[in-house]
Amino acid sequence: MSAKRTLPAEPARSVEAPARRAWRYPPLNALIGGGLLLILIGMALLGLVWTPYEPLRLDLLARFQAPSAAHWLGTDEFGRDALSRMMMGARTSLWISLLSVSFAVVAGTLIGMLAGYLRGWTDRVLMMLNDALLAFPGILMALGIMAIIGASQYGIVLALGIAYTPSVVRVVRGSVLSLRELEFVEASRVIGNSEFYTMLRHIAPNCLAPLCVLATSMFGWALLSESALSFLGLGVPPPAATWGSMLAASRPYIASAAWLGIFPGLFISLALLAINLFGDALRDRLDPRMRK
Amino acid sequence: MTVPTALLSVQHLKIRAGVQGQLAVDDLSFTMAPGEIVALVGESGSGKTMAARAAIGLLPAPMQVCGGRIEFKGVALDSRDAPAMRRVRGAQIGMVFQEPMVSLNPSLTIGRQMSEALKLHTDLDAAEIRRRCLQMLQRIGIKDAERCLASYPHQFSGGMRQRIMLASVMLLRPALLIADEPTTALDCLAQLDVIELMLELTREQGTAILFISHDLSLVARYAHKVVVMRNGKAVEQGGIQEILLAPRADYTRQLLEALPSRGVLAPLPPANGPLLEVRGVCIEHPGPRSFWGKSLPKRVVHGVDLSIAPGETLALVGGSGSGKTTLGRAVVGLVNPCAGAIRFKGVDILKAANRVHRLQCQMIFQDPYSSLDPRMKIGQILAEPLRHEPGMSPAQRRQRVAETLVDVGLAEHFVERFAHQLSGGQRQRVAIGRALVRRPQLVIADEPISALDMTIQKQILELFERLQKQYGFACLFISHDLAAVERIAHRVAVMNQGEVVEIGDRDAIFDTPQHPYTQQLLAAASPLERLAGGGYRIRTR
Amino acid sequence: MFRFILHRLGMAVPTLLLISVMVFALIRFIPGDPALLMLGDMADAQSLAQMRSSLGLDHSVVTQYLIWIKSVLSGDLGFSISTRQAVLPLLLERFSVSATIVLVAVALATLIAVPVGLFAAWKQNSAMDLGLVAGATLLLSIPSFWLGLLLLYAFGIKLGWLPVVGYVTFADDPLKAITYLVLPIVTLTLVEFGAIARMARASTIEVLRLDYIAHARAKGLSEGAVLWRHALRNAFAPTWTLVGLILGNLLGGIAVLETVFTLPGVGRLMVDSIFARDYPVLQGCLLLITCIYVLVNLCVDLLYPLFDPRVKL
Repeated sequence: MSAKRTLPAEPARSVEAPARRAWRYPPLNALIGGGLLLILIGMALLGLVWTPYEPLRLDLLARFQAPSAAHWLGTDEFGRDALSRMMMGARTSLWISLLSVSFAVVAGTLIGMLAGYLRGWTDRVLMMLNDALLAFPGILMALGIMAIIGASQYGIVLALGIAYTPSVVRVVRGSVLSLRELEFVEASRVIGNSEFYTMLRHIAPNCLAPLCVLATSMFGWALLSESALSFLGLGVPPPAATWGSMLAASRPYIASAAWLGIFPGLFISLALLAINLFGDALRDRLDPRMRK
Repeated sequence: MTVPTALLSVQHLKIRAGVQGQLAVDDLSFTMAPGEIVALVGESGSGKTMAARAAIGLLPAPMQVCGGRIEFKGVALDSRDAPAMRRVRGAQIGMVFQEPMVSLNPSLTIGRQMSEALKLHTDLDAAEIRRRCLQMLQRIGIKDAERCLASYPHQFSGGMRQRIMLASVMLLRPALLIADEPTTALDCLAQLDVIELMLELTREQGTAILFISHDLSLVARYAHKVVVMRNGKAVEQGGIQEILLAPRADYTRQLLEALPSRGVLAPLPPANGPLLEVRGVCIEHPGPRSFWGKSLPKRVVHGVDLSIAPGETLALVGGSGSGKTTLGRAVVGLVNPCAGAIRFKGVDILKAANRVHRLQCQMIFQDPYSSLDPRMKIGQILAEPLRHEPGMSPAQRRQRVAETLVDVGLAEHFVERFAHQLSGGQRQRVAIGRALVRRPQLVIADEPISALDMTIQKQILELFERLQKQYGFACLFISHDLAAVERIAHRVAVMNQGEVVEIGDRDAIFDTPQHPYTQQLLAAASPLERLAGGGYRIRTR
Repeated sequence: MFRFILHRLGMAVPTLLLISVMVFALIRFIPGDPALLMLGDMADAQSLAQMRSSLGLDHSVVTQYLIWIKSVLSGDLGFSISTRQAVLPLLLERFSVSATIVLVAVALATLIAVPVGLFAAWKQNSAMDLGLVAGATLLLSIPSFWLGLLLLYAFGIKLGWLPVVGYVTFADDPLKAITYLVLPIVTLTLVEFGAIARMARASTIEVLRLDYIAHARAKGLSEGAVLWRHALRNAFAPTWTLVGLILGNLLGGIAVLETVFTLPGVGRLMVDSIFARDYPVLQGCLLLITCIYVLVNLCVDLLYPLFDPRVKL
């Protein structure tokens, strides 16, 4: 038992036990979540090649326009088209989240497997370091790292990636440890396979399911954290647009140009909702199989 | 109106899952008189548990009664409203469950749980309730009853927990006790204990018992009446003696024949020297890890001596905690002994250099649901051991896999399937195939049939016999069930608390057991024996 | 029991040490002369020399660390570059504001969410249950800063019921202080309610499947007694763990709410100090918050045996 919580084989962040009865095929939450995600990703990808207007182009004659046929989401204090900036923001936010989650997954899996495979003192030391890292709440760690590196796109990726790696290590190591006890892993050793081969062939593939579920959740945290950091002014520097910084920029004008504050937040919420729904469906689908 | 003397009367009961689902119970009818012991016997999926739950009105959510009636003391169950039903539960009908690990609330003390029902159904004061609880605990043999009341369930063993649960249910003197496989999760000696206690308590109070079980031989000793169920239907019912002597339905006959019996064993091939020798082996488990270093290791196996001749089956029998599984794992290398030697054909296989020889000993694991990798196809699972077989081309490997599949009784197209698509019995066949694919000379079978239904157990044992004749391997058959080994073992070794207490030829052990522990195990084993005319009767030892 | 407390405390100490090392290292990694960082660009040569010797910059890194730890343990966390205030009192003052909001909000959220989750689990798959799950999922997907902005807009600007900017301490004027706290607390409560309700529901569903619940029903207990006395105790543990995690996360994440509602809390202090390059304050914030997080986890751990008697060493 490690020094920390004993949630049954679950990461340090909240992941709840899967217990809902399966809905009719295909489940509603997968459809809604997946659909929303596709729309948002589509929006981001589209923004790579085309936006209604230039996101960075100032047009001081068209400042503070309410949503209309010409500007679907209105314009901001510099006359920039809000919709174009949202599309750009989608791209930035989603890309940063994806990168940081990938970083955490790769780094965390390697370390987690190492700790689970080697056991003994290596495991103890790694776990102690891991627990210490976990003692830094996510945003705090990111803030600390940003303070050193300074605000930049890849800075955020690094900061968030490091902040989330300990959770992955926890989950992977937990998986490895519980899988080791299962009979098919023992059978592999009895057949004559080396420990290393057993890890690779039997343990690693069976870690995928909890890892997928965690990665989906982490994608949501990363999106939220990136928005929060941008909101605080520590995110990607202007004039680049992210949803969080757009929200921050809208604050002074909240009384007069409310739409500037509503849409960025709405999009963040929709993205998070989509990820949560999709993650739920994924977890329900993957886990009962593993239980068998 | 039904006959007023029937305590419980089930008439044409039908239960199904939801509105459209399959029928879990189909037209079941039986009656119980006060003080009678009726057994509902069937394998998994027979509907016996659902029927029992319906009797107490606790069907799990999607299941509902869609036809027939259940009458308790002349009043139909569904005519009672919820509060009335709750008054009946506990006070008139009590229920004991299967899994001792989860049948008691882990976060409440024993005292609170025992007194809860009394508080609800009677208006005795707290002191009187406590007195009764203490009395009952002493009755079931708990020495320090006061401390027990203040303790938590996890501080007791499985057998103890079942006794406590029994005690707390019987405190209310119900007229009917429903026992849903109360001893299935316990080892054979603990089983006997719990059942005898149950009978004592119910006899004193004249309580009727509805005993649910998958084991006909277990209920044969105690039940007055038996209802045999299959796929939701009652296949046969009647007095226990009649059914045993002359079973009418085919399925009942199948169930009875599934009980192992002593067979004629094949003669052993001539051999010079034993195949496997175990000398003075001691195995320790590391103690629980605490922050400041390890605590004392626990010795699980003390100085065991065994030998197995080529082609022979040696059965290793004992209760839980006897060390038999640990010993088996030591032979295949999953656990390292701290003292002693294990020799295979004279070669010390504890040394890493002699790995090749060690690979001649393979293992069949106990749980068919976790011994196969869920992500691999059956063909891959069977082919994997062949990685260590020198000089086989891929074509030869495929050939061997196909042959092995057919030998274990599965069709060739199973190569493409995944483990979760197979039933428990089929999975165990795959596990056997995996152990045999390299044609090893020694197979360790660790309780290979415990997790299976009775009729499937019989099939697997037959398969085993056939394969042994075909391939000629020796076998160390580990089991807690003495009856299963009666059929296939040449010799039997009995283990208790890490030591071999008795070892000898099968007939000698079964007919004239010497050691008291062996005698206990035999007393707890199946009491049925086959008669010349085709019926069965209860064996008197 | 005593051994359990001691054991947990013992496990916390190495973690605290490691954290202090990490915070120390983090600040040292910032490029630039450490003495200059601590005093700001406006410092004169003499103060710089003094700072250098008090930081022990001419000694090894280990000695520097030990010097630093010694001053931390004696309560001296340095002085803020921007305001020249002593760091520790400043931190504690700001922290009390954040802590009030976080504790009240999480307590409220838990008190409401747990019964709701319990109820939803009891009526699993009914219309009410599905509605509750949908609602909870929606709430937990809304970023706190956006919800805060919306509520501020609705109640502060449009309706004018509650103040928009600023803060009044409790000591000065309790009633007015509360009006400043209402919106942030409500925002936080709503956001955390979703996660806690879902966890409570999920763990209760798991528990309701177990045999001892059926046993309790078989005794004739009413559904209410079964849920309250038997299910809740056992289902509460994962929820309690989640509450601990949420508390920890909020220690850092509260910064966004403090920005929206312009509250003088520790989160904003940290962010401001990053912008102002006020490293003594930043260091102090990091240290304080992480140590408090470890203590929060410790408290959560220590309360575990109340729900789960199996957890006893």
